[in-house]
Amino acid sequence: MMPLIAIAALAAGTFAMRLAGPALHGRVEIPQRVQQLLAVAATILLTALVASAAFTQGHGFAGWARPAGVAVAALLVVRKAPFPVIVVAAAATTALLRLAGVS
Amino acid sequence: MRSIWRTVPPDTLRDIALVCVADAVVGASFGAIAVAGGLEWWVPVLMSVVVFAGGSQFAAIGVVLSGGSPAAAVATGLILNARLLPFGFTVADTLGRRWWTRALGAHLTTDEGVAFTMRFTDPARRRAAFWVCGVGLFAAWNAAVVAGAAAGSAIGDTDALGLDAAFPAVLLALIWPTLAAERTTRNAALVGAAVAVAAAPFLPAGVPVLLALAGLGVAAFDREKRPDDTAKGSGTKDSQTPAADSAAPETGGSPPGAAPEQGHTSGRPEHTEDDENTDYAEGVGGAGNWCTAAADPQEVGR
Repeated sequence: MMPLIAIAALAAGTFAMRLAGPALHGRVEIPQRVQQLLAVAATILLTALVASAAFTQGHGFAGWARPAGVAVAALLVVRKAPFPVIVVAAAATTALLRLAGVS
Repeated sequence: MRSIWRTVPPDTLRDIALVCVADAVVGASFGAIAVAGGLEWWVPVLMSVVVFAGGSQFAAIGVVLSGGSPAAAVATGLILNARLLPFGFTVADTLGRRWWTRALGAHLTTDEGVAFTMRFTDPARRRAAFWVCGVGLFAAWNAAVVAGAAAGSAIGDTDALGLDAAFPAVLLALIWPTLAAERTTRNAALVGAAVAVAAAPFLPAGVPVLLALAGLGVAAFDREKRPDDTAKGSGTKDSQTPAADSAAPETGGSPPGAAPEQGHTSGRPEHTEDDENTDYAEGVGGAGNWCTAAADPQEVGR
């Protein structure tokens, strides 16, 4: 479920953060320490999302097919494969494993 | 409008176009994954128009699709988008003085747009780069999400197609440049990811990902262990970051010494202190947000 109110809240909050800089232009500065922390926090959250989405389904293990597909993607990412190749390879690996009977 | 096109150098126009294409692929994935996961088609489409921030859209949808509450989805998305706050300050000089151009420009602010804007010091070129990239990305992103949502609706059993593996693959491809470039961030992110996965069996969906922010403690500890880094520059940036290193050459470490290379002063007549502007250049370049790397033509293909 993704109710309208949640979409609206995310949109409003995001817009507020985008508008703060232009609105306060020339009046307030963000400490660099805070900027740095914001950047690191974003990366940490995204990495945690990758790990959670790869390994877990609800409260349990997602099965081997999905992390295997993500592992193939990781290999391609490190080797700087084109973006579409990475996405297709991940999905194809997982799909083929499931076709072969691996959950 | 024609003058704006002429103001942006052709090679930058080409790079912006490439980024638009790359983001369109991400947008199509977003639409397809959301619809394939069981959401109605208008949810990803509406989100893309009013939120227009890919990472947080994926994050919010990911939390919801894994059974998390909408509140957790909003919280996750907003934390991800907090980086847009400093970005807004970085490009504020390009948005004009009228309230509606500021509001519109604010909504079009993206990692990529900020990266392209920072290529230039000339105010007219900064403005042109920001708006061309912003408008182009908005059009490409939303059109792709609609197409992806339509494709997702046509697909029946998405697990058989392995689409559930596509989401983490997309995110990984986007954040890899940052993880590869910044050791401190990478360590913190790995600890955070381990915490999130370990907590998944015990906590409501969405909460484990937020717990990953415990990794920030690792980042702080890491920095304390290496006082050399903090002595250099202003003491908060990660010396592993190439952008930060190039912005702060061996001048004894005072940020003003790095100002000429970035030269944002020309774009912001109201600001005369070099160190402020340099800080922003480092903050964004060194922040290593994923799409900053994507703005590099070499990286666009990912």
